[in-house]
Amino acid sequence: MSTANQPRVTENENIVTVDNLKIHFPLKGGETVKAVDGVSFQIRAGETLGIIGESGSGKSTVGRALVGLLKPTEGTLRYGETDISELSAAEYKRLRKNYQIIFQDPHAALNPRMTILQSLVEPMEIQKEGTRESRRKTALAALERAGLAPEIALRYPHELSGGQKQRINIARALTVHPRFIVCDEVVAALDVSVRGSILNLFADLQEELGLTYAFITHDISVVAHVSQRVGVMYLGNMMELGPTGAVIDQPLHPYTQALLSAEPRPVPSDMREDRRIRLEGEIPSPVAPPSGCRFRTRCPFATEKCAAEPPEWREIVPDHWVACHYATPDGQVA
Amino acid sequence: MLVAKSEQGGDAATLAGNTTSVPPETSLETTPVLDVRGLSISFRGRDGITHVTRDVSFSVAPGERVGVVGESGCGKSVTGLSLMGLLPERTAIIDGGIHFDGRDLRKMRPREIRAIRGRDISMIFQEPMTALDPVFTVGQQLMETLRTHYPMPAAEARERAIEALKEVGIPSPERRLEEYPHQFSGGMRQRVMIAMALICKPKLIIADEPTTALDVTVQAQIIDLLKDLSERTGAALLFITHDLGVIAETCSRMITMYAGEVVESAPVDDVLRRPGHPYTSGLLQSLPRLGHRGGRLPFIPGRVPSPGAMPEGCRFQQRCPHASAGCDHYQPMVSIAPGRHARCRRALDLELEGAVE
Repeated sequence: MSTANQPRVTENENIVTVDNLKIHFPLKGGETVKAVDGVSFQIRAGETLGIIGESGSGKSTVGRALVGLLKPTEGTLRYGETDISELSAAEYKRLRKNYQIIFQDPHAALNPRMTILQSLVEPMEIQKEGTRESRRKTALAALERAGLAPEIALRYPHELSGGQKQRINIARALTVHPRFIVCDEVVAALDVSVRGSILNLFADLQEELGLTYAFITHDISVVAHVSQRVGVMYLGNMMELGPTGAVIDQPLHPYTQALLSAEPRPVPSDMREDRRIRLEGEIPSPVAPPSGCRFRTRCPFATEKCAAEPPEWREIVPDHWVACHYATPDGQVA
Repeated sequence: MLVAKSEQGGDAATLAGNTTSVPPETSLETTPVLDVRGLSISFRGRDGITHVTRDVSFSVAPGERVGVVGESGCGKSVTGLSLMGLLPERTAIIDGGIHFDGRDLRKMRPREIRAIRGRDISMIFQEPMTALDPVFTVGQQLMETLRTHYPMPAAEARERAIEALKEVGIPSPERRLEEYPHQFSGGMRQRVMIAMALICKPKLIIADEPTTALDVTVQAQIIDLLKDLSERTGAALLFITHDLGVIAETCSRMITMYAGEVVESAPVDDVLRRPGHPYTSGLLQSLPRLGHRGGRLPFIPGRVPSPGAMPEGCRFQQRCPHASAGCDHYQPMVSIAPGRHARCRRALDLELEGAVE
């Protein structure tokens, strides 16, 4: 367990509060993709909340909604105590700079025709912050903070490696001094050997600057490493949310249990446990999700009740929430 | 892929001469189904010759499952494609021998290779949507593969295609046979690819990142399927992936590639406990572990040397915490135990950390 760089988590201050968030995309012909369908959680100041899920779970949609890139179809999003739907455009723009996002593909996020320095000062220009000279200074400081030499400022993205480009994206987010950063699969495109250095950088920045993160990834081992709490999403719903240790070591939801047991582990054969749960099939379409519990079509424990009524979002262990009719505090499904 | 530029093209040929110094790596006493010796691949380009792999040697015993691991650009995929004879003829320069079932594929005529490819050796790719033809039904594609190699009446081929889909766990195969690739989900498409690879009962399947595009719960299904099918049909598997966890669950032996070279070959269980090459050790330690939360993550400093500036001797030396004088000479594969080899002169005296404490 980490003690070295445990961030300062403030229990009673929420940076972001999401309440019954729904994001639907209309399709031709009147159908809708229910990408996110009623999700509620808080992100506490100073913590890293991990959000895991497979493709189609809605995790990236939630991430985009958290920084205002997608408008909620229903439900509320609050920054601190402020409901952002009630803000004027100018007020929102001012508040919005505290909430940044970093994407998966470090290359696609940078304009190939701009030097690194131009990319770095752009957010400040949009926010009309400082003078030309002060913006340059801030950009170079951010570059240093991200572990890069200042000479890189005059280079172009194609001259840099994937790891360096991701550091640029981190530096760029830092230039406007955010309080909260959504990290959407930020190491997925990087080689295993450099992932560690980028994850360490995120940890250092959190400690130095008191940042709060939402870490979105499909990689359970990454989430386990960086976050204090983990939320597990499936087909637009949150299935489980709790402290990382509890979710990884004693998952309460059958889906989390299946996800963990599907994770291939690089351990010798005699140390490998047999997969307890094997899931059949694949994630259903978010256009016509199953009735009741979203997971019931693949759940080995599903009953008629699961088809009839959606499970309640229950806190069955302090700080540990689960949406399953049959989940019990000791991890048995009964 | 590596992009080296060099004026003289004689390099690869001289390097292939080192083959003799490489100890045989056959882990079993049987004749290997695949035996690659001193394989060096380069590409001809406008600015000279790009060396991609150097002196790659390994073998696969019948029914054996071998994983090839390494980061992007280390030459895994190019090696896989060369085994299938799929590299562009005009630009690829291939040196060394590729023996399949005792015969050198490199000395065969194109027609002979075509007879083997798809029948005795087949390949599964990462992206099934690009490997399947969108305008033909799955059934037509399966039947074509079969009838190319084994002329037979359509009705019989259809039966065999249905059988093949059933084998890979596709429900209601009679109906799905008439459907097009886009009507299948990602995991089901990958099952179709596997059915197609297996329909001629090959002796060797080359799988290049076959689960990388899939979700983890679906990946688990495909891994189980590949293992099960290889056990049941006796097909050997060469599993190319960057995912060490997938190799641990699928294969019995692991080959590590770095900067175009094989740097280690060992039984999976041994290499996970105690790797013989510092690069393998670095890779294994870089993996975040579920039971090991928070704190600093180890990583390998620097990056793969650009092929124009490949160092003399060990190609990993600039990133290696154990490098010392002597690493700047050519490093042959060193035998560290029966069936275990590493391209490191210090392999015998280093105690390297693996994926377990």
